[in-house]
Amino acid sequence: MSVAATASEYQATHTIRGKMGMWWFLASEIMVFGGFLAIYILYRMASGGAWAAHAEHVSATIGTFNTVLLLTSSLTMVKAFEYIDADDREKARNFLLFTVLLGVAFLGVKGFEYSKEIAAGYTPLSGIFWSFYYALTGLHGLHVLAGVILNFSLFMMAARGTLWPKTQGRVEYAGLYWHFVDLIWIFLFPLLYLSY
Amino acid sequence: MLDWFPKNISTFGAEIDHVFYLIFYIVGIGFLVGEALIVYFLFRYRRRDGQKARYVDGETWAQSAWILIPAVIVLVLDLWIDFAGAKAYEAVKGDTPVAEVVVQMGSKQFNWIITYPGPDGTFGTPDDMVKENDLHVPINKVVKLLLTSEDVIHSFFVPVLRLKQDILPGREIESWFEATETGTYEIACAELCGYGHYTMRGFLHVHSDEDYAAWLAKSWPAPEAEPAAE
Amino acid sequence: MSKEEHAGNGHTEDLGFWRKYIFSIDHKTIGKQYLFLSLFMALVGGLMAYYMRWQIAWPETAVPGAGWIPEPTAYDGIIPPEFYNALVTMHGTIMVFFVGMPFLLGAFGNFLIPLMIGADDMAFPRLNMMSFWTIFLGSLVMIASFFFEGGSASAGWTGYAPLSADPIHTGANWGMNLWILGLALEFTSFLMGGVNFLTTTVTMRAPGLSMFRLPLMVWMQITAAVIFMLSVGPLIAGAILLLLDRTIGTGFFIAERGGDPLLWQHLFWFFGHPEVYVVLLPGLGAIMEILPVFSRKPIFGYRTIIWSTIVAGVLSFIVWAHHMFVSGMDPRLVMPFSITTILISVPFAIVIFAFMATLWGGSLTFPTPMLFAIGTILTFIIGGVTGIFNGSAPVDIYIHDTYFVVSHFHYTLFPDVFLGGFAALYFWFPKMFGRMMNETLGKIHFWWTMIAFNVVFIPMFVLGLGGHMRRIYNPLQYDFLKPMQEMNQFITWAAICLLIGQIPFIINFFWSLFKGKKAGDNPWNANTLEWAAPTPVPHGNFATVPSVYHGPYEYSLPGSETDWQPQHLQSGPTTSA
Repeated sequence: MSVAATASEYQATHTIRGKMGMWWFLASEIMVFGGFLAIYILYRMASGGAWAAHAEHVSATIGTFNTVLLLTSSLTMVKAFEYIDADDREKARNFLLFTVLLGVAFLGVKGFEYSKEIAAGYTPLSGIFWSFYYALTGLHGLHVLAGVILNFSLFMMAARGTLWPKTQGRVEYAGLYWHFVDLIWIFLFPLLYLSY
Repeated sequence: MLDWFPKNISTFGAEIDHVFYLIFYIVGIGFLVGEALIVYFLFRYRRRDGQKARYVDGETWAQSAWILIPAVIVLVLDLWIDFAGAKAYEAVKGDTPVAEVVVQMGSKQFNWIITYPGPDGTFGTPDDMVKENDLHVPINKVVKLLLTSEDVIHSFFVPVLRLKQDILPGREIESWFEATETGTYEIACAELCGYGHYTMRGFLHVHSDEDYAAWLAKSWPAPEAEPAAE
Repeated sequence: MSKEEHAGNGHTEDLGFWRKYIFSIDHKTIGKQYLFLSLFMALVGGLMAYYMRWQIAWPETAVPGAGWIPEPTAYDGIIPPEFYNALVTMHGTIMVFFVGMPFLLGAFGNFLIPLMIGADDMAFPRLNMMSFWTIFLGSLVMIASFFFEGGSASAGWTGYAPLSADPIHTGANWGMNLWILGLALEFTSFLMGGVNFLTTTVTMRAPGLSMFRLPLMVWMQITAAVIFMLSVGPLIAGAILLLLDRTIGTGFFIAERGGDPLLWQHLFWFFGHPEVYVVLLPGLGAIMEILPVFSRKPIFGYRTIIWSTIVAGVLSFIVWAHHMFVSGMDPRLVMPFSITTILISVPFAIVIFAFMATLWGGSLTFPTPMLFAIGTILTFIIGGVTGIFNGSAPVDIYIHDTYFVVSHFHYTLFPDVFLGGFAALYFWFPKMFGRMMNETLGKIHFWWTMIAFNVVFIPMFVLGLGGHMRRIYNPLQYDFLKPMQEMNQFITWAAICLLIGQIPFIINFFWSLFKGKKAGDNPWNANTLEWAAPTPVPHGNFATVPSVYHGPYEYSLPGSETDWQPQHLQSGPTTSA
């Protein structure tokens, strides 16, 4: 076995490592959100119908709109990765930007929604449903924010051209993370917005 | 007989002690055999001239049987212990037998708040009596406790009864015992409940039938003083 | 990623002091940083044990050596109940999370995994550096928590809600918030560490080093990492909720606000029981390396041990409610959890029997690491068998929350973390620091620790059977505890002895660090790859990537001239993968 691996072999194992690291990280994240959602569902079942009166005050319209935003951003993220693969740097850069913007839009809408709810008198202390609502969406929001920052830094690297030739693989890890954040929302949305 | 426990004055305590000693002798023997074998190996197989270590990697079934069969024995003994204990647990924590005395055992940082229903046998009537830290019960009668807490988790623990039950705020937890010996015994809180946890001490007074009748008469002096049930 | 992360293979570089010793990305330096942190925190935790034990033995008298603690934490060395509860809480938290984990996983996992698999470093060296500095910050936060009004966390290391969920119940406000924060940092640190352990082991093994040729230490480390990563999630969620309850006033764990206090216990123990194995497995892993070397014999049942621990890891996720037999949960759940608890004793019984079978027919020598390894087995068995009493639901009704339980978990954790950890330290010290530790001091340390530990904790079982509750500030409050007070005092004297017994170790450690006998590359004639690296190990570890031709424990192979067969040397009879 020769000691020096070729550059492409090196890149290959490098990518495997990065992806595997991200998968392990996501596995533990799944347990965090899984635990959180399990607690929520148990409480909700134990509460009988008492929560429905609270749950009907969240806006399914805004929630749906945000779901669309987030799903679209997953699509643009896939596109960005596709163009990375095809080495079309300009398009890759653009789609990273779209993803960032959609993420920011999601957070903006979420902020607007919070302010509307708080104005209507529904704060984290307005009952256990609202405590869960703010805690779950808040934790998810922080994950979106982290993803936006991550994607934005990749976009900046792409814009400056420093993403290539060695670090473009990171777009794939960032994509894994972004899809995970999206997936969590897919669970949160029906549980919080549609289940009263 | 080894005597580590405080004396037992409950109907189910003896069974718990029995399960303990069953486990004690089973694992005690296993423990001694295991430790003795290790010490023997240390002595027998210490490095000596002309004695080579044996190459045994334990990868064949024939070899691993040496550790798997003892493990199966452990499993069988464990299951025996487990099922032997199931009945004793059921006796304490299972359904409460028909109770002759019912007492509300409230708790708060750092006191036991004991409510007796009075002669009418129902709570929430004017003849209820509230006492701090003193639980009076008759001998040889099933006593049902309704455990509640006003603040944090406490744990009702009477060593001589072999009874322990955590008390959760927001719930009423049922527990029971039947004392078989008269006397005054200590009630302890067994779950850390704050800075005064160690002071949360109560007394269990187990009365003989006559004494209990006298205590009742003293606590609810005259029948005519009792307001009519509404 | 930058160049130096993948530099290696004999690469030497001239880094400044800060990059070389402080913000190092070299797994060996990081491992040593974990080592120093955990040993320091062990002293802190030990000091707390001393204060606590003194208070129990001679309640409300001035503790010698506590006079420096300012009011209102203590009064001229007299410990008030709030501080006692904080000591109880922080002793547990520190010993489990800031000693056990950084010592066994942080120090030995980081130092050994790349060396044992023939890699130049961890897969993510910078993440590795971050993981250390995150737990370092966590340790600072933990210690800082004592300096806030109301003192540090005082709801027990288990932090049962609602005592922990509202500052009014304990009086500890920011001290306890920082306790949660410190734990969160610790969890984050070990999540990063776990990602590194796993990715490194899976992707960076030397050619020929199949998974079933890995040293068991590596297996135990990665099994522990997986168990940790999969169990801690729900508790992280719970910790967030607890912090919200404490700070903004939500009621997730507070009954009158619609929450459920029992939920915290489920979340805590869902993590808490697997956590025991997170700490346990690497300690056992060290024993699994040491026994074959000083028996000159393969470990008995290599694959059986691996599968046993994996089964134990899986089972550890479904036993948690055995901590809650008297908690008020549904009694119908008791029998299923009792049975899973019984089942989990079987894989560990197998491991212990495998250890015994490894000793059988060996050619045993007893330098200090071997003494500690054997001491670990002998004492850990006591921890194992006393677990059966706790696992039996009816007996648990009586002994739950008594000193019996305290003694039981000290009998599982102390042998593992300290006896096993010391075994590992005496064994790998030559590779870490290039020098041997002193044998005489090591043997004094062993016998002193071994005897003192048992003298402390055997009587504690008896106390527990007498009904002595744990976490009692002043036992003299209870008449039935008064006759046991002399035993309490005896235990405290023994505990002081146990602490003093660590002085030979401290002297030995620092003396050997600078003046110890220079160690060769392979002082114990061991097979595994870390001994194939030069001592002291340079940055990048191996001059050339080693190829592996054998399993890790080919000692006294028939037909071989020597009684050992290094994994990277092709000579000698070949063995299957």
